[in-house]
Amino acid sequence: MHGLRATFDKEYDAICQDLLNMGALVENAIGEAVQAYQKLDFDLAQQIIKNDEQINQLRFKIEEACVVLIATQQPAAKDLRAIIAVMHMVLELERMGDHAAGIAKTVLKMEEEPEIKTLKKIPKMGELSRQMLSDCLQAFIKQDAAWAKEIAARDDQMDELYHSVFQRLIEIMVDKPNRVTRATYIMWCAHNLERIADRVTNIAEQILFMTTGQMGELQA
Amino acid sequence: MTNGQPIFIVKDLNFFYNSFLALINISMDIFPQQVTALIGPSGCGKSTFLRCLNRMNDTIPGTRVEGTILLDGESIYAKDVDLATLRQRVGMVFQKPNPFPKSIYDNVAYGPRMLGLSNGRSDMDDIVYESLFQVALWDELKDHLHENALGLSLGQQQRLCIARLLAVKPEVILMDEPCSALDPIATMRIEELIHELKQQYTIVIVTHNMQQAARVSDYTGFFWLGELVEFSPTQKLFTVPEKSLTEDYITGRMG
Repeated sequence: MHGLRATFDKEYDAICQDLLNMGALVENAIGEAVQAYQKLDFDLAQQIIKNDEQINQLRFKIEEACVVLIATQQPAAKDLRAIIAVMHMVLELERMGDHAAGIAKTVLKMEEEPEIKTLKKIPKMGELSRQMLSDCLQAFIKQDAAWAKEIAARDDQMDELYHSVFQRLIEIMVDKPNRVTRATYIMWCAHNLERIADRVTNIAEQILFMTTGQMGELQA
Repeated sequence: MTNGQPIFIVKDLNFFYNSFLALINISMDIFPQQVTALIGPSGCGKSTFLRCLNRMNDTIPGTRVEGTILLDGESIYAKDVDLATLRQRVGMVFQKPNPFPKSIYDNVAYGPRMLGLSNGRSDMDDIVYESLFQVALWDELKDHLHENALGLSLGQQQRLCIARLLAVKPEVILMDEPCSALDPIATMRIEELIHELKQQYTIVIVTHNMQQAARVSDYTGFFWLGELVEFSPTQKLFTVPEKSLTEDYITGRMG
């Protein structure tokens, strides 16, 4: 069945491989960003910011390959939906990389500030968002819309964690005014992680679109 | 997108070339002032179907039709149907431009003369002007009306054939791969013309070029081995087709 579209399939497979590589880099960046936060590892934070450039470049490489594929192969139906979905997905991944770099930049600011006892929920948020992304990339490869929906539903857990971190940080700020700056930085980190999970749900929406043609929000 | 009642209602149509069943149980509504494209591989029955709509297949010996085709509610296969009138109402443009070896003017005037549609010379001049104007040939050809039509480029010849058809005031225009003999620019001109013509006419087009179907039509029917596999609004068929057979065909995974 695939013989007539061998060229398209080969080029599309190459695009998917780049997308998965990009996804792996972003997963890595999220994990390392949380690690840098936990250990206040400023070298690692610098490295994450540097590595983000590679993620950005992959975005443009994939987008360009998609444009070329549309222009030269005139894909229709599921092929067209797949390419459009990929173009949305790489944009989301690129922004997720920015969020990880955002955490790293915040960690660098923390150097000057008095410490706060580690909030255990921050690594939980990091692990949840990283796992959501990892599963979503698998669901993309397997074209599994039901799994994509399930992944998107996990965003509720993320929202709960974020809310609870938010409350705790407000309490700290009220109790210890000299910790306000650092608490604010931690809030920024939590916000970045919460946004990463939102962007995973956007990717899940694209998986639903490419497999079924349905467009819509999975998590309001 | 639809515009009131269908102009053609095709119901349970079977078509035979002798004992060979070329169209199997086709039902389709064709809406006025819409472009309906018929796609599918060679031999799938799309041209046979098109030719049923103005009974062009009647000229082929050994053919037989079952089922109904209603044009404005009246059966076109009824005994009292006048074929000349039917083909005036439902005109046809073919793959290869086929102008008469006459002047440009006489090509356009031929139909109205035969049908007695004009009252004298100046009336006929108006018909020729309007018809050539509608296909965007007037400005190009107004100073060459009495030159032989066979001297025109293929793209101009095809537009002249469409003008010749418009001169007899049809309701429906059937196009059987009208661009397959034309270069890309002449093709784009015909496609733009189709967009213009659908303001006034109903168009049914058979094309081998799927992108052309996607560009010009409002509805698309996909034929496969004599059956109508899917008939949907074009935007839907080319983005989220219902049938996997359609999907395989339009993504080039058939065969």
